[in-house]
Amino acid sequence: MKCDLIVVGGGPGGSMAAKAASEAGLKVVMLEKRQEIGDPVRCAEGVSKRTLNRLVKLEPEWIASEVKGARLYAPDGTSIVMSEDKSGGEVGYVLERKVFDRGLAMLAAQAGATVLVKTRALGLLRKNGAISGVSAMRIGEPLEIEAPLIIGADGVESKVGRWAGIDTALKLQDIESCAQFLVHDASIDEEYTEFFLGNNIAPSGYAWSFPKGEKLANIGLGIQGSRSKPGEAVRLLHKFMKARFPNGRVVEMVVGGDPCSGPIESATTDGVMLVGDAAHQTDPLTGGGILNAMQAGVMAGEVAAKAISAGDMSRRGLVEYETRWREKIGKTIARSFQFKEFFVKLNDNDMNQLLGSLAKEDISKMDLAGMLRVLFRFNPKLLWSLKSLII
Amino acid sequence: MLTVNRYKCCYCGACVGVCPTCALELVETWLEVSAECKECGLCTKICPVGALEVNA
Ligand SMILES: Cc1cc2nc3c(=O)[nH]c(=O)nc-3n(C[C@H](O)[C@H](O)[C@H](O)COP(=O)(O)OP(=O)(O)OC[C@H]3O[C@@H](n4cnc5c(N)ncnc54)[C@H](O)[C@@H]3O)c2cc1C
Ligand code: SF4
Ligand code: SF4
Repeated sequence: MKCDLIVVGGGPGGSMAAKAASEAGLKVVMLEKRQEIGDPVRCAEGVSKRTLNRLVKLEPEWIASEVKGARLYAPDGTSIVMSEDKSGGEVGYVLERKVFDRGLAMLAAQAGATVLVKTRALGLLRKNGAISGVSAMRIGEPLEIEAPLIIGADGVESKVGRWAGIDTALKLQDIESCAQFLVHDASIDEEYTEFFLGNNIAPSGYAWSFPKGEKLANIGLGIQGSRSKPGEAVRLLHKFMKARFPNGRVVEMVVGGDPCSGPIESATTDGVMLVGDAAHQTDPLTGGGILNAMQAGVMAGEVAAKAISAGDMSRRGLVEYETRWREKIGKTIARSFQFKEFFVKLNDNDMNQLLGSLAKEDISKMDLAGMLRVLFRFNPKLLWSLKSLII
Repeated sequence: MLTVNRYKCCYCGACVGVCPTCALELVETWLEVSAECKECGLCTKICPVGALEVNA
């Protein structure tokens, strides 16, 4: 089999890359090792409305629910509310990712991409030193696909970068260990996504409730890998459920790892571009990565088409992708990483103090920058190290 | 030796992402451990369900 571009991984990043490259005229093959795209889910499914609507034409069945905003709880129970349009990347829609991921793969196929499921990339092929394709296993049979350019969209377990010489192995402090239940409970707030802070709830992370309608919600938590031990995420989630949703009925279980390393040094090398979780493009503070993966996918797909028509698949030929993703999402990721590095060191008293000072103000019309300025005004000592990011 | 409790594993791939030697491979629901494993134990710590163990 021969093509212009191979996309490894059929998540949101891969599908958007395959779609963009096909629309730009490339012959694209997208490999997905699972037999069913999108399943099992490893996600809380929250995304911002505005950005998602800019990226694709939505199908109603992709959306489980819409929320008005976010409510944040300090360890002592004090809460603040932020409206949806001010809450950033993960608040707005709660998706049905099993349907959404498959829908995006369908868009890639409709744009002309060949989608191969139950097909796992095993390694890169090389000819005279240059990358010339991917060796794969397709429903138990070996398959070689030739192409001069590869996009690695293979998620948190990415190997494409490592095969090509980009070390994307995650250090324990750079990944959150997560567990989540889909819960039915009469006490679920259907209008707000909720975030619960506290070192007893989720050390160097947070717990969440993302409502999916009909009194169902994704209730989960993530803890920093360096503070995790075997089975800790699931254990803490059981404890949180008991304390907060004692009557909740669990109808589904999700676990996963979410990168939070900040921007990697390079997401490109000769013949290869990495997008999404494979390039650690998740927001390190919130863990949100769907929209970043999709945006990076579009950029990589477009740059792939240019590189193929220019005949230059070297790292230099792919530099436009590197520049564009850093500009569009990398800066925010870097900023969030600095906030995360600060956040993971806070004790419960600090968090109570910070949220307590916001609870006294009318923040309903404020965006994040405005809120940070208020926080700084009331807590200059605590926030001194973040001064340059806030003012 | 690294052992995988396949009755516990939820095949999420977090362990694959942290393995410094690329010794793990998730084949849909089946986690494979290769001879590259150095028994460093990083993967056991990240596993949300506690399906991995390094035994002497
Ligand atoms: C518990 C949890 C909650 C989260 N909550 C949110 C949230 O609320 N909002 C948000 O925006 N983000 C959230 N995220 C992050 C989000 O899920 C990811 O950032 C997003 O899925 C990244 O998309 P992707 O396309 O890069 O990778 P993925 O969606 O992981 O897709 C990668 C695909 O590649 C395939 N693959 C891997 N290796 C191979 C191979 N060798 N050959 C073929 N195929 C391969 C995989 O099977 C997979 O389908 C959460 C993550 C976790 C773990
Ligand atoms: S981290 Fe644990 S649950 Fe996830 S694939 Fe590895 S062994 Fe299985
Ligand atoms: S013990 Fe260390 S080397 Fe072995 S699989 Fe786990 S992370 Fe990799």
